[in-house]
Amino acid sequence: MTTAHADGLQRPPAVPGTTHEDSRPAPGDPPRGRRGRDRRTRLAAWAFLAPVVIYLGVFYAYPLYRNVDLSVRHYTVRSFVQGGAPFSGWDNFRQVVHDPTFATALRNTMVFTVVSIVFQYAIGLALAVFFNRGFRLAPTLRALFLIPWLLPLIVSASTWSWMLNSESGVVNYVLHLIGVGKVDWLTSPSWALTSVIVANIWIGIPFNLVILYSGLQNIPAELYEAAALDGASTWQQFRRITFPLLRPVSAITLLLGLIYTLKVFDLIWIMTRGGPGDSSSTLATWSYRLGFGSLLPEFGPGAAVGNILILIALLFGLLYIRVQRRQAA
Amino acid sequence: MRHTRTAIAAVAACAALTGITACGGSGSGSSSSAASGTYTFWDPYPQFDGTSAWGKLVASCGTKAGVTVKRTAYDTTDLGNKALLAAQQGDAPDVMLVDNPVVSTLVQAGILNRMSDVGISTTSIQTNIIGAGVVDGSPYGVPIGANTLALFYNKNVLAAAHVDPASVKDWNSLTAALKKVKAAGKKGITFSAIGTEEGSFQFLPWFWGAKGDLTHLDNGNGEAALSLWKDWVSQGLAPNDVLNNTQTTSWQEFATGQYAFGENGTWQLGNAKKAGFPYGVISIPGQDGGAAPAPTGGEFVTVPVQKDSARYKASAQIVSCLTSDSSLLATDTTLSYVAPTGTAQSQQVTATPELKPWVAAVATARGRTSDGLGTRYPVISQQLWTAVQGALSGGTSPRSALEAAQKAAENHQN
Repeated sequence: MTTAHADGLQRPPAVPGTTHEDSRPAPGDPPRGRRGRDRRTRLAAWAFLAPVVIYLGVFYAYPLYRNVDLSVRHYTVRSFVQGGAPFSGWDNFRQVVHDPTFATALRNTMVFTVVSIVFQYAIGLALAVFFNRGFRLAPTLRALFLIPWLLPLIVSASTWSWMLNSESGVVNYVLHLIGVGKVDWLTSPSWALTSVIVANIWIGIPFNLVILYSGLQNIPAELYEAAALDGASTWQQFRRITFPLLRPVSAITLLLGLIYTLKVFDLIWIMTRGGPGDSSSTLATWSYRLGFGSLLPEFGPGAAVGNILILIALLFGLLYIRVQRRQAA
Repeated sequence: MRHTRTAIAAVAACAALTGITACGGSGSGSSSSAASGTYTFWDPYPQFDGTSAWGKLVASCGTKAGVTVKRTAYDTTDLGNKALLAAQQGDAPDVMLVDNPVVSTLVQAGILNRMSDVGISTTSIQTNIIGAGVVDGSPYGVPIGANTLALFYNKNVLAAAHVDPASVKDWNSLTAALKKVKAAGKKGITFSAIGTEEGSFQFLPWFWGAKGDLTHLDNGNGEAALSLWKDWVSQGLAPNDVLNNTQTTSWQEFATGQYAFGENGTWQLGNAKKAGFPYGVISIPGQDGGAAPAPTGGEFVTVPVQKDSARYKASAQIVSCLTSDSSLLATDTTLSYVAPTGTAQSQQVTATPELKPWVAAVATARGRTSDGLGTRYPVISQQLWTAVQGALSGGTSPRSALEAAQKAAENHQN
């Protein structure tokens, strides 16, 4: 379809009388060469499709297959290299689920994700509404708010861990100045998770801001004018116009945020290594720790945790598709 | 149309996650089999490029063996896994330098050759240093050098607190010294108790200094060591951020000049000279006096298994060249390590007398995977650092932390 179209565009306008026999049969003529052209079209279609298919196969399908394969076999370092790891069914999953870390990691993942998203969304929305007023410095300020998004994660995570250091961090220094005792942000079991959540919220705000801001731009200004004429207060305008009309965009933002946040690994790993103990471990960091964190890798259980995480994300991915479909309808 | 979009969205949604979990298929090229004259060489020294003394030494050893060496440097923590993946792809390097506790894991995976099988003699190496590379009585690598841990002290801080470093002979006198320092308004001691192998490495001298047994973490001896650390942290003699300190960040704390003691390794000697204050070194005391056995650190040169066994001849020549006394002397001076042979050690001490306490410390040091521990060590070590983290962060008592660690280590081996 696409090829035929492009073909037509490239040709000069057909001059009546000079009939190209193969390409423009007159109506009623027997369709000579039709089959050959069909096959060519189909071939071309496949050729256009091939890069995507190969790309998806090599970079998504195969790694996914390998990951599932790793998680259902009993791998030792020897069988990882030499091959021949025995099939062990659900053993890795059973081992992982019965591990005392599992409950902690699952709970931490849920707390981390939900709290991060709620705050990212609320702050992002507040900022988007704020910048939507279009005051003079708005574009500059908005650009500044994007910085967390532009910085490499290793830079922002390291900076956070310096700032939150119990001995020499600037946060404790400020607390000290206002007369509050020192807090072990990254090294106390009761604060470590909070600290990584705060850092993650900071990183996620720009994403929410950008998407919600573009959503706000699509709300026609007349609605606000009409509401103002009817005497609606700012809060009423937000509640009755902005929020309902922003609902589709909000749903997408929240679901994408959910999928992104579930898999956050680097930030936590750099700031706390999931510690102290397991107090800031999530499924993502635990999976990495099993697979690569010690001198003796446990690929099977590590992959099993990864698969559980994928399943959770897939669930939300399907939810996302449903929401998107409902919006399209 | 709707269908394809849905499908693509579904794939994209779950693929967003595969990035972290996909383990296989590294993108390294398969060049090792092609050119006969090119030998691949991996090491964990990314700080040295081709123009450094180390880079030149590796290249010249290749030239002497009549081949070209293609050297690639990886991050230490990365190298073990990279080696496993490469071996799985049949693409292991010809010669590889790895951190010593990794050797037994790689042997377990069947990746490494016995030194005797490729014709490399290891008789001149001190037995406790090569211990970490010995599996079932056969060495699988040659140490390029050794390092270990000791206590650096800041002479100014100790003088201000009226502490004589010579008075630190056992744990009680050390704790007493730390209290005096704290009373004088300075900070006591810094070390690394991070939840990685580094944390276990730093804890071991204290654990062994209390006659702790890695196969029985909960037998009460190790508890004394863990209580010592926990008390230091809870009494403010050691900072709370040791829980997040790597050995590098711990050194940076010591280098601020605020700390009386810092537990750190031979490799910091170069930095110690730049620290800007007079420093000294004592060995880590055992619980009841004497020097505690510290773990050996340092890398081993190994020869990974190749399909084409004809390659071993040149590989062995490269290894012998790298571990000859003159090469060891040059390399260990650059790395600030202690040489693994008696001859090179005495040459080192003649050239740099400050190394003397370190040579003594290395002589009493123990390999982490020695004594037949092998691949059980990584499992135990992980539980050990978890116990240290649990106790120091205040979550659990030293006793219950170590009991849980022992149980987890046993369960894992079953």
